[in-house]
This record gives sequence, C-alpha cells and structure tokens, in this order.
Amino acid sequence: MTLSLTPSTSTAHPVRAARRRAPARRKNLAGWLFVAPFGIVFVTMLILPLGYALYLSLFRRALIGGTRLVWFDNYVKAFNDPSFREGVSFVIRFSLVLIPVQMAISLAVALMLDLMVNRFARFSRLMIFMPYAIPAVIGALMWGFLYSKNFGPLADISSLVGADAPDFLGSKLIFWGLFNVVTWQWAGYYMIILFAALQGIDPSLYEAARMDGASQWQIALRIKIPLVAPALLLILVFALIGTLQFFNEPKILQPLAAGALPEDFTPNMYAYEQAFNLANYNYGSAISFSLGAVVFVCVYLFLFATRKRGSFLS
Amino acid sequence: MLSGCGGGDDDSAADGAGTASAGAGGGGGGKAANCTNKVRNEQAPVVTMWAWYPNMEKVVDNFNSQNDDVQICWTNAGAGPDEYEKFQTAVSAGSGAPDVVMLEADRIPTFQVQDALVDLKGLGYEDVKANFSDGAWKDVSVGDGVFGAPVDGGPMGMIYRKDVFDKYGITPPKTWDEYEAAAQKVKDAGGPLFGDFPANQPAYVTALLYQNGAQPFNYSPSDGGTIGIDLDSEAVKQVLDYWAGLTSKGLVGKQDQFTPEYISGVIGGDYATYLSAAWAPGYLQGAGVGTGDDKGVWATAPLPQWDPSNPVQVNWGGSAFSVTKQADNPELAAKVAFGVYADDASLEEGWKNQIIFPLSLKVLNDPAFIDYKVPFFNGQQANKEVYVPAANGYQGMTYTPIGQYFYTAFTKQIAAINEGKASGSEAADALQKDVEGYAKEQGFTVQ
Repeated sequence: MTLSLTPSTSTAHPVRAARRRAPARRKNLAGWLFVAPFGIVFVTMLILPLGYALYLSLFRRALIGGTRLVWFDNYVKAFNDPSFREGVSFVIRFSLVLIPVQMAISLAVALMLDLMVNRFARFSRLMIFMPYAIPAVIGALMWGFLYSKNFGPLADISSLVGADAPDFLGSKLIFWGLFNVVTWQWAGYYMIILFAALQGIDPSLYEAARMDGASQWQIALRIKIPLVAPALLLILVFALIGTLQFFNEPKILQPLAAGALPEDFTPNMYAYEQAFNLANYNYGSAISFSLGAVVFVCVYLFLFATRKRGSFLS
Repeated sequence: MLSGCGGGDDDSAADGAGTASAGAGGGGGGKAANCTNKVRNEQAPVVTMWAWYPNMEKVVDNFNSQNDDVQICWTNAGAGPDEYEKFQTAVSAGSGAPDVVMLEADRIPTFQVQDALVDLKGLGYEDVKANFSDGAWKDVSVGDGVFGAPVDGGPMGMIYRKDVFDKYGITPPKTWDEYEAAAQKVKDAGGPLFGDFPANQPAYVTALLYQNGAQPFNYSPSDGGTIGIDLDSEAVKQVLDYWAGLTSKGLVGKQDQFTPEYISGVIGGDYATYLSAAWAPGYLQGAGVGTGDDKGVWATAPLPQWDPSNPVQVNWGGSAFSVTKQADNPELAAKVAFGVYADDASLEEGWKNQIIFPLSLKVLNDPAFIDYKVPFFNGQQANKEVYVPAANGYQGMTYTPIGQYFYTAFTKQIAAINEGKASGSEAADALQKDVEGYAKEQGFTVQ
C-alpha cells in the first residue's frame, strides 16, 4: 500500500506545488516588505544592542589589567553582590505593596466612572488620566518640590496642626514618597485600560442581572470584575515589569535626596552607575541581564500562579 | 554658510564642519563642531572645548580675540557629573570627546588611568610653571605627569551669620571644640543650626578629613597601580565621630547641599554657618542669598582647627583644563588649556564676581585682589583675612582613579551617620572595607 501510494503522491505533488509556489513566494515577499520597517528597527535597535550587551557582559574590565573573557563570572558576581541583591529585594518589596494598591485604586475609580454618565464623569476621567500625560521626569521633579519641608504645601499643612512636616525625601519615608509618585502617575493609565474593558461589556448582562434582583454592588463584584479579569491581569504584568525596572523617579529625585537614594537603590540605577559613572560597561550589562532574568522569573511565576487557579479571581 | 559656528540652528553643525576644514592644517580636523560661542577668526584652526564656568562665554571671547593662530569652539556639556558622564562615554567609545575638557582636580586620575588625557609636560607646562603654587600643581598631577592646567581652587573658610553670632554673644570659634560649644550654646538659646553634614558632598567631608592630618590615599601610577587606602585611621575616625556627635545632638543639619531645600534654608536663616570654599559667595548670591533681608549679615573666618598651634588648610573643589587624547593637535590644545582663563580680563571678571577663586599667583599676589573689600561680606577683606592664607597654606591632596567609587561609598556612609545607623568609627571601618574591595577588584595592589 505504502509503496504504491508514495510514487503517486510524489508525482502529483510537484505539479501542484510548482503551480502554487510562485504566487506564494510573491506573497511571502510582500509580507516581508510589510514587516521590514518594523523588522529593521527591531533588529538594529533591540536585537543587536541586546546581543552586544550580552557579549559585553561576558568580559571583565579592570582599571588596571585591562579586559578579559570571564564567561559568566559577572553574573555570579552580580547575584552575590549585596548592592544588586538589596536593589532587587527593594523593587520586589515595592511591587508587593505598590501593585495591589494601584490596582485597587484604578479598579475602584474605573467602576465608579462606569456608573456615571454625565459631563462630570468625562471631566473626572480626563483629570485622573492627566498625570500619565505629564512626562515622568517633570512629574518627579514636581513632587520633589511638593515634598519640600521649607516651601512645599506639606509644610503648610503640617504647621496648621503644629507638627513637623514629614520628610518624604528622607531615608525613612522615601519608600512612601516614591510610592505616592508612582501611584499618582500610573493609576490613571490603568484606570483607562480597565474603563475601556468595562465599556466593552454587553449591557444586556446588567439588565439580566437587575431583573434577577442583583444590586449595583453585586453587579460590580459578580459581573464586572470577573469580566475585566483579563485586563486586570494585563495591567498587573505591566505594573510588575515596570516596577522591577524602577529607575526614572528615584534617579530624578536623587539630586534632592542623595542620602536616601544611593546609586545602588534599584538594580537599574546600579547598572547605570556601573556603566556611566564607573566606566564598567561589562558589569553594567551583566546587571541588566541579571535583572532581566529576575523580571522573567517573577512574571513567569505570576502567570503560572494565576493560570493554575483557572479564570483568575473567580 | 558665512556665519561659521553660529547658534543652535540646524545648519550650524554643517557650518562648523566647513570652518574646521578651512583651517584643517591645525586642530579642528574634520570634527563637526557645534559651538555655543562665535568663532572670530574663521581661518584659524579650531580647538573644541567643554567647560561650565558661568562666565565662560566671555572668557572664550577674550581668548579668541587675543589669539589669531587658534580659536576655541566652546560647548557647555553640563556642570560636574553631567559632563563627566558624557566625557566618560566619549572616552569609552574612542570618539566624541572635545580637545580640551574642564575637569575638577579630583577627577583627573580617573580619566588619566584610562589613558584619556595628555601629559602637558613639554607642551607649555614649563612656561607657566611659576604662575602656580606647588599645591596647585600637585592637585592636577598624577605621578610625574601633569594632566591639567589649574584655573581655580576652593580654599576653605567658615562663612557665618554675623548678626546671629552677635545676638548670641559668640565669636568665631578657633577650634572644633569651641565650634561644638558655640553650636550648643546657640541651640540651647533656640538659635539656628551650626552648619550641615551633607551626604551628597563627600568631597567636602574628605577635605575635613585632611584637615585633621588624615592621608586617606596614596597613589603612584608608576609602580604598577599600587594604591594605599587608609580610611580607618584614627584621624579619620576622630573627624567622623565628631560630626556623628554633632548630628545626633541636633547641632548641625543633615540636608543635602546644592538643593533648593538647602538654599531656601540658608535664605530662611536655618543655618548660622556654612563651612565652605572661597567660591561659595558666588554660588550663594546666584541663589539669592545676601540680597534680601540677609543683606550684609554674612562674614567669613578661618576654618576651626583641630590643633590651633599647627593649623592645616584644606581645599574643596576647583577645576582645571585637560587636553584629551582625542585631540588632533595636542600642542594647539595645550596652548588653549594654558591660555584660556589666564588673561587678566577674564581672571578679574572671575574673582570680582566670585565666580572663581583663581590659583594664578599673578592674582594671588596682586594687592587689588588681596585687599578687595568683598561686598557679599559687607566689605570684609575676605581674601586677605581668610582665603589667601588658606590657599597659600594648602598642601594639596592625593586623588586616585577610584575617586568616583570612593565618593559613592562615602555618600552611603555619611547617610548612615546622619540616620544614626553607624557611629563615625563604624562608618570609617565600613568605608575602608568597601573601597579596598573595589580597588582590588579593579586590579590595584592595595597596600
């Protein structure tokens, strides 16, 4: 059977394939051309630099003695480096506190705005989203001034109750100072994503729920939240990756609070310090890749955990 | 195309290249120079330069109008660390550096060890050697080589609020013990803080260490990168414990300096003293100090001493012009490095406005400079009483290629002291361990 079949297919195929291949190839070429603008930028701006950084991270450069190949020694060093480990531990602790609060705020606001259908709702939506439209650099600088004990509003408010202004740029409160800046900046953005997801829910579901006697609370908890769970998952992953790579806000506030924000405050700041201040691009690259590994592991663990529970939150 | 290196418009890069190639025989080479200043003589070779002195534009114009055979194309690439990051990137990349770069003296060895700077011996150093003190030359030298043309320094003194001192009946303290006693007296009477212990100014604290006779570093590039690190000596511990005591007693501030927060505190009268360098009045006035209600209340006195019978003078800050290895024509670049900010007009403009404290002996020995009644100090002859003696007594410091790391590590330890997490001695021990570890890792032999 097989013997008789094989020749027939082998003769039949080339004819059909040859007729098909030419247009297919043309289609392929067109496809590649469409992808090319992105592909070129992607390869030259992302893949090549990444490859180069990976290559750099395999060498060790000393001020005396020059550069030599050490394979993965830099990575061993990074994971044993207290500066890197403390930085990673900080961003993980920061994520654990920040992300739940941020999500709770953005979800609560999105649910509220979803219920309101007046002009005030549009205005509030814009206002809550506004911080995201302010560049991170300017936002952080602005908060630097707002936190000032000498001329910030905090000082005025505190003096009303006769207390000393809290020093959000001091080492004790810097965690909450940064927490506030990041929440302010990103909660509005997450709110818009959740709001869009809520708007996409079929209103007939609400009608059906109301007919069954569900209250607004029950609709929110039983219908809305489960249905926007994929969006919640998405922003969780965004927030996790963003927070583990924490850099902008502490780096910009650093000139105002050098004592509370040392150069190795977060892993990304430490990589920057190594590369651009200490001229150690090799170790800086190794730290960046090590951070990448930490981010990958954290995101993977998170996705794995949520996948196992089935449809997340339900 | 006629405008040469014009302003910031898009064409100026191309124009600059045109100018440079017109004078291609000399320094400009093919570098597309985008100058902030206007090059006067477009036929002359061009030397590119990064510097951030506030009056740099005038200084460059002075040089360009006085020299026909070479012209400066100047850019402000940021002050201090901002410039160093750019310069470091250019050094690592092997291109993109200017011909002449302004560096603070403590940064010179960091770049010298990377073979980024040109030794100026034989390039005009001998002609100007007599114009500067030995201490000034030591600060810009690494081993036997000279890697910068000194411009300004920062002999230190104690700037204080005369009105506050009068109010609480104290005279400028001569020793650190007296300083603490005065601080305590003022605090008990509900007065302001007696200075500040800033985590972000490790160079300032390092000067205070030197003042107690500490020699934290020993470095000579010739013997294969051997470095001596002595940051846990008794002298260092004594100074750090002293300041740890002042901060824990609440006698001094813990505020980072050169921040809006700090300067608003100075203006608001939070501080009775500011232990700082001769350039401080320029900085303070620029920030609005001494121009409002606090006009005429500032005065200056010599820094308190550990041993008044054996006073030690120290220095904070000060910059030099170095020639980079990327310069096409090092001779011409060295001529610029030694010549710019060395003419009388520029120097006078610099010191009269307290933008710089010049190191040129021409100025330091000039009666007009010595006797100058400084308006910021309400007519006090600050140079004669405080800064010239401090500059003359200054012995120089030893800077090393690991200076940048040392400052980063020191910042952490000062912060730890301010937070009460470490005593001065503990901070000194931790600092020694940290810096020593880095030096070894960087291939130095640590003594």
